[in-house]
Amino acid sequence: MVANGPMLRLLPRLSDDVAFYWTSGEDGVLRLLHCNACGFFIHPPGPVCPRCLSSDVAPKEVSGRGHVETFTVNHQQWIPGSDAYIIAWVSIDEQPDVRLTTNLVDIEPDDVRIGMPVRVVFEQADDVWLPLFTPEGAS
Amino acid sequence: MSPGPVEEPLERRAVISGIGQSAVGRRLGRADLDLTVEAALAAIADAGLDRDDIDGISTYPGMGAGTPGFGGPPSPEVQDALGLSLNWHDGGGEGPAQMRAVMAAALAVAAGLARHVLVYRTVTEGTAQGTGGRPGIGGAGGGGSVPRFGSFMQWSLPFGAVSAANWIAMVGQRRMHEFGLTREQLGQIALNGRRNAALNPKAIYTEPMSMHDYLAARIITTPLCLFDCDAPCDGSTAVIVSHRDVATDLDHPAVQINALGTALRGRPSWDQFDDMTTMAARDAGASMWERTELTPADVDTAQLYDGFSVLTIVWLEALGFCGRGESGPFIEGGAAIARDGVLPLNTAGGQLSGGRLHGFGLIHEACVQLRGEGGERQVVRPGGRHPEVAAVANGGGPIAGTMLLTRGLT
Repeated sequence: MVANGPMLRLLPRLSDDVAFYWTSGEDGVLRLLHCNACGFFIHPPGPVCPRCLSSDVAPKEVSGRGHVETFTVNHQQWIPGSDAYIIAWVSIDEQPDVRLTTNLVDIEPDDVRIGMPVRVVFEQADDVWLPLFTPEGAS
Repeated sequence: MSPGPVEEPLERRAVISGIGQSAVGRRLGRADLDLTVEAALAAIADAGLDRDDIDGISTYPGMGAGTPGFGGPPSPEVQDALGLSLNWHDGGGEGPAQMRAVMAAALAVAAGLARHVLVYRTVTEGTAQGTGGRPGIGGAGGGGSVPRFGSFMQWSLPFGAVSAANWIAMVGQRRMHEFGLTREQLGQIALNGRRNAALNPKAIYTEPMSMHDYLAARIITTPLCLFDCDAPCDGSTAVIVSHRDVATDLDHPAVQINALGTALRGRPSWDQFDDMTTMAARDAGASMWERTELTPADVDTAQLYDGFSVLTIVWLEALGFCGRGESGPFIEGGAAIARDGVLPLNTAGGQLSGGRLHGFGLIHEACVQLRGEGGERQVVRPGGRHPEVAAVANGGGPIAGTMLLTRGLT
């Protein structure tokens, strides 16, 4: 069994532009910054929509469903004391060119497939809710 | 989108008139400034110049950058150590990878801001990491004292995606999925480097390596093993970038800069770049070929960044030496990239075995080969001629720069 992630979660600063993202999981829902003018999801968040340059942007709920685009099983002790864990890039179903760097949980490395559907689960660490992903259909 | 046709690529007004390299080793225990002065004086002498001729300086990544041993001395320290009086100076970590410092120097020379620019890159990562290996982050019992992160690192650090090794491993895994890349194919980059390093007196790892050795090595982050990752070391590499007017004064062939590849047309981040199998190398490569009448078939040797083996195969495709997704079959068996192959690659051992001189070792070797000074490892092309065109690439992921060098003026 691999770990859910490194033994120490190095956490983001909850600055005004990103706090919504890192705390969104408090109610179990993933949110991304969204352009109300053209409908584009903006990730990482920025002050304007990079597609249409509108500043009418606000967080918006997404389904939390996505697909594994690629992954790696980390064995190196970058963070001492860590067991092996799975890092992945997961694309968001609402806009697959948005990818989240994340951990895959409740799955063994040999069972991971690029293209497999996954859904978000959150791991709380202090005041941060980290979006991790688990196979679609897992309990 | 291309900026459109250029009348004359101004980088062709610049030549690399001299090259120099300090001692290179796993842990030399010498100061970065000391190594830099050694390399700089060697390069100045190689160009047939005196210290007083140098009127420009440039480096990567400049002041205060990165982890211990990574940055090398800032340019003001080197200027002062060598007593230079300058018309132009530069240093920085943003731009088309490590060779941005050479690019900036070439453009400064072309613009008449300077005539002879000392360009250097110095690392002391071997000594800085000490005998205990690379220091980890955090550690047990960190409690509330662990700092919080902002900027781009916040998107990967919480998930333990701490190192470029992790990000590049995902590029490699995606290539296995899309193109059927195998570990045995990837291993040819490491084996090729090791074979060539055996003929490089300054190389870090020279003992023979077999495919069995490669496949049995410790996994760092799948699919990358220890031998897919370059070897931290100490060393400084310097080149003198001069106006092409000096070419006839040299006692060796001038190395002309034929074209620079600088584009970054996709999104500038690892996880958001549109094509997970290429990234910025695709754009830098395309933009270089837009600036020259030469073609990939003209290239006699390629010195392609191998901080990680996956990056080298990305560059092979990005520079058009093989088609998209075809680098695996291209390097299969290793014959194509050997010194007597169709594309002699990383002929001093690259960074995997030669040592992580961070891009500049590759620039140095391209010049050595074009000047015919490779000794035992000199590439000789069919018909007995020495290389006339070399491609050099630095970086990977969202950071990439490339240039085409030629022997003599074109």
